[in-house]
Amino acid sequence: MKRGLLHAALVILCLVTIYPVLWVVGLALEPQQAQARRLWPLPQHPSLQSFHELFNWLFARQLANSILVAALTTAIGLLVSMTAAYAMSRFSFPGRKLGLTALLATQMFPATMMSVPLYAILNRLHLLNSLSGLVLVYATTSVPFCVWMLKGYFDTIPRDLEEAALLDGATPGQIFRKIVLPLARPAIAVTALFSFMTAWNEFILAATFLDDAARFTLPVALQRFVGEYKTEWGHFAAGALIVSAPVMAVFFALQRHLVGGLTAGGVKG
Amino acid sequence: MIAVLALAPVLLWHAYRGAEEQALAQLIERFDAQQVEYRVEALAIPYDAFASKLTSAIPGGHGPDLFIFAHERLGGWAREGYVAPSDYSGPFGDALTVDGRVYGYPLAVKSVALFYNRALIQEAPPTIDELARTARAATHDGVYGLAYPVTDFYYHQAILSGFGGAVFEEPGHRPALDTPEAVRALEFVRRLALDDGVIPEEPTSVLVTSLFNQGKAAMVINGPWFIGEIRGVDYGVAPLPPPMRPFLSVEAALVSGRAREPAGAQAFARYLLSPEAAAVRAHQGGQVVATDGAPADPLLAAFRRQAQSALPMDNSPQMQAVWEPEKRALASVMGGELGPEAALAQAQRRLIATTRAAPPTRNPAPYLIVLGAGALVVAALARRRLRGRSFRGTARAYAYVSPAFASLLLLVVVPFAAGMGLSFFHHSEGHYTFVGLQNFADILASRDYRITEPMSFYFTLAITLLWTVCNVALHVGIGLALALLLKDPLLRFKSIYRVLLIVPWAVPNYITALVWKGMFHRQFGAVSALLSALGIQPISWFTHFSTAFAANVVTNTWLGFPFMMVVALGALQSIPHDLYEAASVDGASRWKQFRHITLPLLKPALLPAVILGSVWTFNMFNIIYLVSGGEPGGSTDILVSEAYRWAFQRNEQFGFAAAYSTLIFIFLLGYSALTRRVAREAEAA
Repeated sequence: MKRGLLHAALVILCLVTIYPVLWVVGLALEPQQAQARRLWPLPQHPSLQSFHELFNWLFARQLANSILVAALTTAIGLLVSMTAAYAMSRFSFPGRKLGLTALLATQMFPATMMSVPLYAILNRLHLLNSLSGLVLVYATTSVPFCVWMLKGYFDTIPRDLEEAALLDGATPGQIFRKIVLPLARPAIAVTALFSFMTAWNEFILAATFLDDAARFTLPVALQRFVGEYKTEWGHFAAGALIVSAPVMAVFFALQRHLVGGLTAGGVKG
Repeated sequence: MIAVLALAPVLLWHAYRGAEEQALAQLIERFDAQQVEYRVEALAIPYDAFASKLTSAIPGGHGPDLFIFAHERLGGWAREGYVAPSDYSGPFGDALTVDGRVYGYPLAVKSVALFYNRALIQEAPPTIDELARTARAATHDGVYGLAYPVTDFYYHQAILSGFGGAVFEEPGHRPALDTPEAVRALEFVRRLALDDGVIPEEPTSVLVTSLFNQGKAAMVINGPWFIGEIRGVDYGVAPLPPPMRPFLSVEAALVSGRAREPAGAQAFARYLLSPEAAAVRAHQGGQVVATDGAPADPLLAAFRRQAQSALPMDNSPQMQAVWEPEKRALASVMGGELGPEAALAQAQRRLIATTRAAPPTRNPAPYLIVLGAGALVVAALARRRLRGRSFRGTARAYAYVSPAFASLLLLVVVPFAAGMGLSFFHHSEGHYTFVGLQNFADILASRDYRITEPMSFYFTLAITLLWTVCNVALHVGIGLALALLLKDPLLRFKSIYRVLLIVPWAVPNYITALVWKGMFHRQFGAVSALLSALGIQPISWFTHFSTAFAANVVTNTWLGFPFMMVVALGALQSIPHDLYEAASVDGASRWKQFRHITLPLLKPALLPAVILGSVWTFNMFNIIYLVSGGEPGGSTDILVSEAYRWAFQRNEQFGFAAAYSTLIFIFLLGYSALTRRVAREAEAA
């Protein structure tokens, strides 16, 4: 009985949670639905026309750009954050506390106001209209969160192992690579997911910095369906599904790590 | 082959889609084939990003050689030198004139006109009184006499001019939103919509389209883009009855003031105007060609006639600040909150406040001296603190953190400092003047509006706090509750539930925002469908503060609870099980166990998540901007969306917006310092 109630509650909550997603699926398969009030979100006459119209070589190219940018952002962001977080966790040095506070502070300035000065800086560096410029900006903006996450997790890994390895003659670099990183896998997975999502979903900066349709990322392409006078709901919804699907897939793949990685350290720390 | 390589590229930016884009592509192909000097490269840019992209790219020398855009922003752009003067003279030249010089080449004209369903109405009404009479007569059995987005000032202009009203008073170009003519025009619409039910409630463009296609709207005010959406209706188009003068947008090909290939840009612009190209634009692109006085197509001909009597939109930067106050006034009248007179008086005051005059220029020297002294004090303090501290063995630590901090310095701290610096300046038409602390003083003294009005800093701050508290409480509450339900290791289908409940996190938040906005639509939204299935009358979500705010909170809660759920799940799993067993043995109740074991052990994990979550929510621009858009009357705007409006919707007051951002930053810094101190004291106690 009690179990039944629990399941009933969970089922209802899950329905509420996925309802908007089903609504998007419905719109993608039957765009006319934007003009009909129905409770049941799935289409009566589904057709793949929206997907069909969406998919051309340019779209494929933009999809590839998005994957490339997100993957590189993740790789660079992680590399930079892991070393910084490890130093913050293990070494004591002047400026450590100030650094941690400064990282948190960077989360507080409204991002909408950063695009104009950033444009000027990228212009100086000759990195406008290039995916590498975008990767650099995304990787950097994801650093503060990543360092905080990873530092919290590193703090919970007992130091005894590292001390033992040090006695055995391992160099600090080896200790970091061979002992700390494998132990921190769940946290690294979560952090990677975060960097990936930052890059995958962003469109304001991408639309400002990129000048070449073949270099656009998917969200910029998607934004074109929301026009001045009308919104192309079918195309927008189909695009939205294509944009969301990989992130969901990664979520599902990582979900076990996700739960451990986000906080496992917090309680003991 | 060599000749091909030597072709100079002419970069063209446009925001066309569909048929217009295809027509343009065809013309580029023809142009490239006809001459051997230039090669045109087109780039389609999202309409929403166009203006901001252009204004950042052109000064940096990265802009296009030629761009196609409506003439509305020409005033500011011409004075800032973004556009080069042209030798055009002919129809609609005056719309392209700034300070006596002509800029660009007019391609197409766009204005609204009257669509009517021939099955319901024989002939387009010849006068505005006749229009009202026809609309009333046609309203019966679920058919609306007239439909158009009543809260959009772009459409309302037609009515306003029908009663002799105008936005600015000449000479002097002073705002005149609350004239008796404007009040009469708004009262006319209010009566049609609220008293007579001639205009449907919340007539968004989707609803208008749907009603017209179902034969449930006798007349519709709409533009040429509507033609492609009509299905299965026998209809006609006629100019709106005089003296109604809808806004006219003149889409022009504008040669950039910093073009690398100005001659090529001009050559292609002239080609677009040629009769050959005009024919392609009209037939393939469906454009109402500016330079063709009598199109063969009867629909385009009707729009061309309308363009003749329409009012070219004011191209001064002041016009950009008119939309927001007008929209707010229209929405509050249509929502039944205010009468036309009160609403327009408010709009007038708001417009005057937003087009604030430049504060007096200050001498920056004293500020620089204070800044320099401050830097010296900080340096001295840092030196004193570092003295006696050993740097031995720290080289490795610095090597590890330096890549992160170097990139942060360059790409976060520098733009951030530039943003802060901007808050001491006033921006007007491309020129910055140093005004010292005046921007801050104006914000904090709430000049021009009472503290209890939506535009005052304190009102917006209060809303922002309410918004943050509601959201974070719901995120933590729901997240924690779900985590407690899911933590049971024996629960079946656990991983399925977990996966489904995490889904919102994976959806990009601008998609979430647009989808929920659609679901809250009064006629078509799923929320309304659910309410009517339960026998409750659907409501207009965005006409009252409480419901609009609730809609924002619901959207953001949907988006944010999975993060807290995952954090809480992780934290719960790492609480040793024996603690609960020991407590059970001691006879502690479930609630007591939760109070004394679960909560205290969760706190260290939840606290950082709560701090970060509240900072993110405090600055959650996308949801506010896309879901309620500040409706009603700007009351649901939060500080970041206000800052955005000052920068991009109110005369480009970048300095004022930067001051808002700086205040947000200072506030959040204080908040996090406070929470961390409280947490530390609690731990110590």
